Amino acid sequence: MTSSPAHGADDQAPLIAARDLHTWFELRQWGFLRVGAVRAVDGVEFALAPGEAVAFVGESGCGKSTLARTLLGLHRPTRGEVRFAGRSLGELQGRALKAYRAEVGYVQQDPYGALPPFLDVRRILAEPLIVHGVRDRAERERRIRAALEEVRLSPAEAFLNQFPHMLSGGQQQRVVIARALILAPRLLIADEPVSMLDASVRVEILELLRHIQRERGLTLAFITHDLSTVRHYAERIFVMYAGRVVESAPVDDLLDHPQHPYTQALLAAIADPDAANATRLREVPAGEPPSLLHPPAACRFHPRCPHFMAGLCDVEDPPDFSPRRDHRSACWLHR
Amino acid sequence: MRDRTLLRVEGLELHYQTRQGAVHAVDGVSFDLHRQEALVVLGESGCGKSSLAKALMRLLPRNVHHTAGRVTLDGVDVTALPDERFRREVQWSRLALVMQASMNALNPVVRVGEQVAEPLRVLRGWPRGKALARAAEVFELVGVSTDFLARYPFELSGGMRQRAVLAMALVAEPALVILDEPTSALDVLTQASIMNALKRVKRELGTSFILITHDVATSSELGDRVALMYAGQLVEVADAERFFTEPAHPYSRMLMASVPRLRQRARPEAIPGEPPSLAAPPGGCRYAERCPYRFARCAQDPPAFRLGERHRARCWLHADDAPAGGGA
Repeated sequence: MTSSPAHGADDQAPLIAARDLHTWFELRQWGFLRVGAVRAVDGVEFALAPGEAVAFVGESGCGKSTLARTLLGLHRPTRGEVRFAGRSLGELQGRALKAYRAEVGYVQQDPYGALPPFLDVRRILAEPLIVHGVRDRAERERRIRAALEEVRLSPAEAFLNQFPHMLSGGQQQRVVIARALILAPRLLIADEPVSMLDASVRVEILELLRHIQRERGLTLAFITHDLSTVRHYAERIFVMYAGRVVESAPVDDLLDHPQHPYTQALLAAIADPDAANATRLREVPAGEPPSLLHPPAACRFHPRCPHFMAGLCDVEDPPDFSPRRDHRSACWLHR
Repeated sequence: MRDRTLLRVEGLELHYQTRQGAVHAVDGVSFDLHRQEALVVLGESGCGKSSLAKALMRLLPRNVHHTAGRVTLDGVDVTALPDERFRREVQWSRLALVMQASMNALNPVVRVGEQVAEPLRVLRGWPRGKALARAAEVFELVGVSTDFLARYPFELSGGMRQRAVLAMALVAEPALVILDEPTSALDVLTQASIMNALKRVKRELGTSFILITHDVATSSELGDRVALMYAGQLVEVADAERFFTEPAHPYSRMLMASVPRLRQRARPEAIPGEPPSLAAPPGGCRYAERCPYRFARCAQDPPAFRLGERHRARCWLHADDAPAGGGA
């Protein structure tokens, strides 16, 4: 029942780890007066093993996309660090930073927005290869075709000369995935990869990501707001609230035995298709997610929490407790 | 006693003119809706469900080149009304629409309360004070504190703004409110509390709803009836109870199987293929290309077979002489 230094996999050298990670955005008035900071990521710790598939789940504004961009090296952490294969991202510069970018693939939320409209699929996929110095045109062509086949845009010839607007949403997302994979990264970060897609296409894309992750032994960080889509596509879930990870556990354990009051509320709010839903009200905690500019003191969830204990939850930050095996939850209820 | 049927839609068609030719967005849609009933129009993007809402509200874009069919509201054939009378007598006062992302359509420089009260002042000529008092009542009903009446839209969160728009649609007490993806841009918890508000409104005001959504789970939160739309047509219309347990159309069954569920271990199954283009819909059954049960007859357009009192499915498997095995 003690707090542990990191969420998760300790037995194996992690591929990527975050330690005490904070990414704040400073707010200034008239360009120079500091008026505060948006604490988008505010003390996140985790370690992902090579070949592991995890999901970061949370509502909009919980900091999950900022976390993704910090892992990608697009934001510099305000405090703490990200370590990839034993090296701190902060130390990487020039060539080493460029090499890191090839190690990490990124799948964006909106496939149409992520693809340049005036480039055809061949050119879109050639771009990362050119940037990373694959000079031989035949070699590029071979890798582009292989990438298209891998995301099941087959036969590749049928897609090479297509422009993004000629493809359906699902096909566009496959091109985005192919682009993310073409430099053979060791880590793939997918930020809401299916939220813009139709129900019948979602499952295909999720299956594809999971399949590729297993085949290649990739580490996959899958970011989503929708807990109902994670069960079959990740091994571990991290639940985020107001810039922090409040609970983490293996998928089934988290979905079947949620420990943190926020996770419990989130699960209770999600409907599975059932005609009986129409006749009963759902339990929803009062209030709204807090402002990241002025987050509540101590436990961020305490103003909305049904189990709020005055003098504790609003005074002292809850550490990570381990109420079940391999299951961490930052809540004073477990003390 | 008044007729139980509030809305009857018969053979509704709406075709757009585009550079690729005519797009058959709504192509022969018929259904009816009882008083105090909520009908969900469920369908994937591009199936024509938002066009259906626009056709019912007569909010048609300029490139419409063909409309047909009859819409009867409360026994009155509203399709026969001239535009001006429709606007004065039906739009907003008896038939209101909450459009997708309409929370972003609030006027940023007018206080929220004034905007919510506006329909009463314009349509009914109510004085400002009376209209604002009524707006305050509706605010409470949809779960917004009346403190927000005097605020501007930017001071409200997305969920609060969506509730304000809902209040605006409800303030003139229309018999029917059409909701086009009312929660799809919102967070899980906000979504659940807005669905709660809708359930309360339905119970307390007796409003009828048409809820348009692509999300199967959301659809079960409000619907007494479900109409599943595919490529411009309704492929199945059924009671929610029946639809969620024993759907009759192959597309309904496959769509249900493709939904990831939180509380089930069964793995969701994707539907192979893509929906057809509405510019050149295939002849015959529009789902045939993706359907594992297809047989020779699917080359002809299936009629809507009647399977129960208020249950219809557009599939040849339900013809009396269909081959055994595939039917529900």
